[in-house]
Amino acid sequence: MRGFLIIIVLAMAAFARPAAALDPGAVERLAFGESDEKVQAISALVAEGDPRAIDLFQALSEGEVQTAGKRVLIVRADQAVDALTGDKVSPLPAEREDVVANNRLRAALAAAVAALRLVSADRATRLAAARGLAGGADEAILPLVKKALEKETDAEIRPLLDQIAATIEIRTGSKEARIAALQKLGLSSNPATKTALLSLLERNPDGSPVEADEAIRIEAETSLRAVEGRLAWGQRAGLLFAGISLGSVLLLAALGLAITYGLMGVINMAHGELMMVGAYTTYTVQNLFRAHVPESAFDWYLVCAVPASFAVAAMVGMVLERTVIRWLYGRPLETLLATWGISLILIQAVRTVFGAQNVQVENPAFMSGGIEILAGVVLPWNRIVIILFAAAVLAGMWLLLMRTRLGLFVRGVTQNRAMASCVGVPTARVDTWAFGLGCGIAGLAGCALSQIGNVGPDLGQSYIVDSFMVVVFGGVGQLAGTVYAALVLGLVNKFIESWSGAVIAKIVVLVFIIFFIQRRPQGMFALKGRAVEA
Amino acid sequence: MGPLAQIFTRLYGTRGWIALGVFAIVLFVGFPLFNLVVPPASSFHVSAYWVTLIGKIMCYAIVALAMDLIWGYCGILSLGHGLFFALGGYAMGMHLMRQIGREGQYQSDLPDFMVFLDWKELPWHWWNTDQFWWAALLVVAVPGLVAFVFGYFAFRSRVKGVYFSIITQALTFAAMLLFFRNDTGFGGNNGFTDFKRILGFPIAVPETRMALFMITGAVLIGTLLVGRYIARSKLGRVLTAIRDAETRVAFCGYNTVHYKLFIWTFSAMLCGVAGALYVPQVGIINPSEMSPANSIEIAIWVAVGGRGTLIGPILGAGLVNYAKSVFTVQFPEYWLFILGLLFILVTLFLPQGVVGLLAKLGRKPA
Repeated sequence: MRGFLIIIVLAMAAFARPAAALDPGAVERLAFGESDEKVQAISALVAEGDPRAIDLFQALSEGEVQTAGKRVLIVRADQAVDALTGDKVSPLPAEREDVVANNRLRAALAAAVAALRLVSADRATRLAAARGLAGGADEAILPLVKKALEKETDAEIRPLLDQIAATIEIRTGSKEARIAALQKLGLSSNPATKTALLSLLERNPDGSPVEADEAIRIEAETSLRAVEGRLAWGQRAGLLFAGISLGSVLLLAALGLAITYGLMGVINMAHGELMMVGAYTTYTVQNLFRAHVPESAFDWYLVCAVPASFAVAAMVGMVLERTVIRWLYGRPLETLLATWGISLILIQAVRTVFGAQNVQVENPAFMSGGIEILAGVVLPWNRIVIILFAAAVLAGMWLLLMRTRLGLFVRGVTQNRAMASCVGVPTARVDTWAFGLGCGIAGLAGCALSQIGNVGPDLGQSYIVDSFMVVVFGGVGQLAGTVYAALVLGLVNKFIESWSGAVIAKIVVLVFIIFFIQRRPQGMFALKGRAVEA
Repeated sequence: MGPLAQIFTRLYGTRGWIALGVFAIVLFVGFPLFNLVVPPASSFHVSAYWVTLIGKIMCYAIVALAMDLIWGYCGILSLGHGLFFALGGYAMGMHLMRQIGREGQYQSDLPDFMVFLDWKELPWHWWNTDQFWWAALLVVAVPGLVAFVFGYFAFRSRVKGVYFSIITQALTFAAMLLFFRNDTGFGGNNGFTDFKRILGFPIAVPETRMALFMITGAVLIGTLLVGRYIARSKLGRVLTAIRDAETRVAFCGYNTVHYKLFIWTFSAMLCGVAGALYVPQVGIINPSEMSPANSIEIAIWVAVGGRGTLIGPILGAGLVNYAKSVFTVQFPEYWLFILGLLFILVTLFLPQGVVGLLAKLGRKPA
């Protein structure tokens, strides 16, 4: 029992920190010494690694440090605190002198504060400090970094500290140590490491390399290649994701159009405006939630907005079909013009009701932020949700078309309207329902778009040409064509964009489709049938 | 009578020629008289605003005529004809920019926007544009060439109907995006403006304006006559047949691709000429002329006036653009409603347009 107690006491002694005080010699030099001595004092305090020096450094930076006789005080709003021990000093000594910090000192203080934050008690501070120093730091803080490494247990911060140590070590120390550090850096996937490695491979203006040692240079090159390779993979993953995300948006936008065009041969120029109607419905639902629902449930507005956008857009579509489009069957070119007129009316109506400015639709909390798969490559949550949403809509569409009676009728009328009518399919009603369905999906697309882009009266105009391209490229009558076309166009667009910018990418895609249509006018996946063009 | 005179007389009947004559007198005698000779104080004076407006509308009328030739007579709905109009305008614009000489903002040989972009010399496509004859050639050749290449591939692959309309829209959209870029060398989103002179004459004086006005009027009348000639010739008959039943015409032994390509290219060149006349009168050209919305409006002018009648599109262009200039000044929020309604009502209730309506009214039984 006694042995146990002794061990505990010894353990406590071993783990106990020394009595709360900064090194008095260093503090004295900081307060009373010359400029150089001050800088040395800062380094000494940093090397010690006591986080309470942060307070002293910040106070010195802001001119709050004063001396009274031999004592060094931090004075804030007429309250004095002893810099060494942290005890309050009262009454406030009358004779005080300012300790001045010049620019050089301030820079050194800032660096010191950043370094000391590495050993702060708060995890978030340590993480931020480690990230900030990732690009490389002054040699002087190496002992501090090593000290931090000894104490650090957090899995996310340790590798960062390792990196920082390695980045410093590649410049100083023995050759073996430097090579070891270079090899360690080769395992990094942080873009800041690349900069550090590149600096080793720099050349002087006369062409001679800055780093004299050949072996070090070779090692640096190898590590650089490894890091660049890893970064390139990150970039490729990011690009792939962006392409799929764009493809999912195009898919949502074009799905409705594919259904109405495949079924009725009507290209609906107002399709973009129906998407806008869906987006504005989302905005209205958001506002209603903001006004009438408690703050905590605000995020659920999206769950309500989805069916609302579908319903509103579908109703608008059905009204349009009944009043305008129905009378223009067999005259596709006129339908095109009439629906363009409808789109103008819809845009102006929305402008009159909601104003010509863009309106703000907020992402719910569960859709903000993103997953970071690599340093600098972030996959936003809202885009991930939209990809899943597009997949869900697609699945729903497929179920509807393949497993319900309405879907059966729609497919029948698409393939042979006259025959379907002969066997008893109510073609007029099927047309109305199908048009409503197509417009409803456009509304869903608008709801999705409201989460990733601006919502304004011109929302539809920017997507209408893209939707057409997807439909024309993919072929009508089948869902598969639209899916493949949307994905291919999204990926191709993003890949070209990474070389030559967004505008050229768009132009190239448009020109490509124009030529593709001329080679294969019916699109990628065409319905095989006996329809003959008049 | 010689063969040429015979061709002329067969184009229109007596009434038609009288109407044309009246129009010509108003254009070539009336307007100059009341604009240039009659003093501004008098209430008979026709102001420069009207001259420019009517001149602009006449350019649009030429475009509408061109559109009627391909849509009304051949059944090809192009939603990208504004592209050819704009290309002709840009070609003329390049010449006019060169004519500014050193009188621009930066007092340099290069156009202002190039100095602003820090370019040291003219890009290759500006070669020789200070010569009027070369610019005039470009006005006709560039839209013609673009139309020819595009049309060749499109018609050869039997792309027609709605698909064709969609890809013409994509074409003009892509071109608009291209011209909006500063690097393309056409002034970016500002385009060309601030012209000083044309063919040595200063551009902003009433005499030059009237001259441009009369030239536009002459081109309009000429286009009408040429269009009428085509429509009444065998070519016109084949085109109408292609509009109504293309496969049948092909099986009858006509190479429909050639016919369509011819009228398509000719129409594009007409648009180019209209664009070239438009730019000096309006004083600016920018990529928004190529926007799909502008091109679709051309279709509505033709639809409102009456497809396949040649006079109808002129009427339609005049009516719609006049209404536009009135409404966008007085009731700007309502203009889009009215335009949209126009689209819907004309396609639903007036498939023959205003001309058809007048004809129907005129045919009421006694």
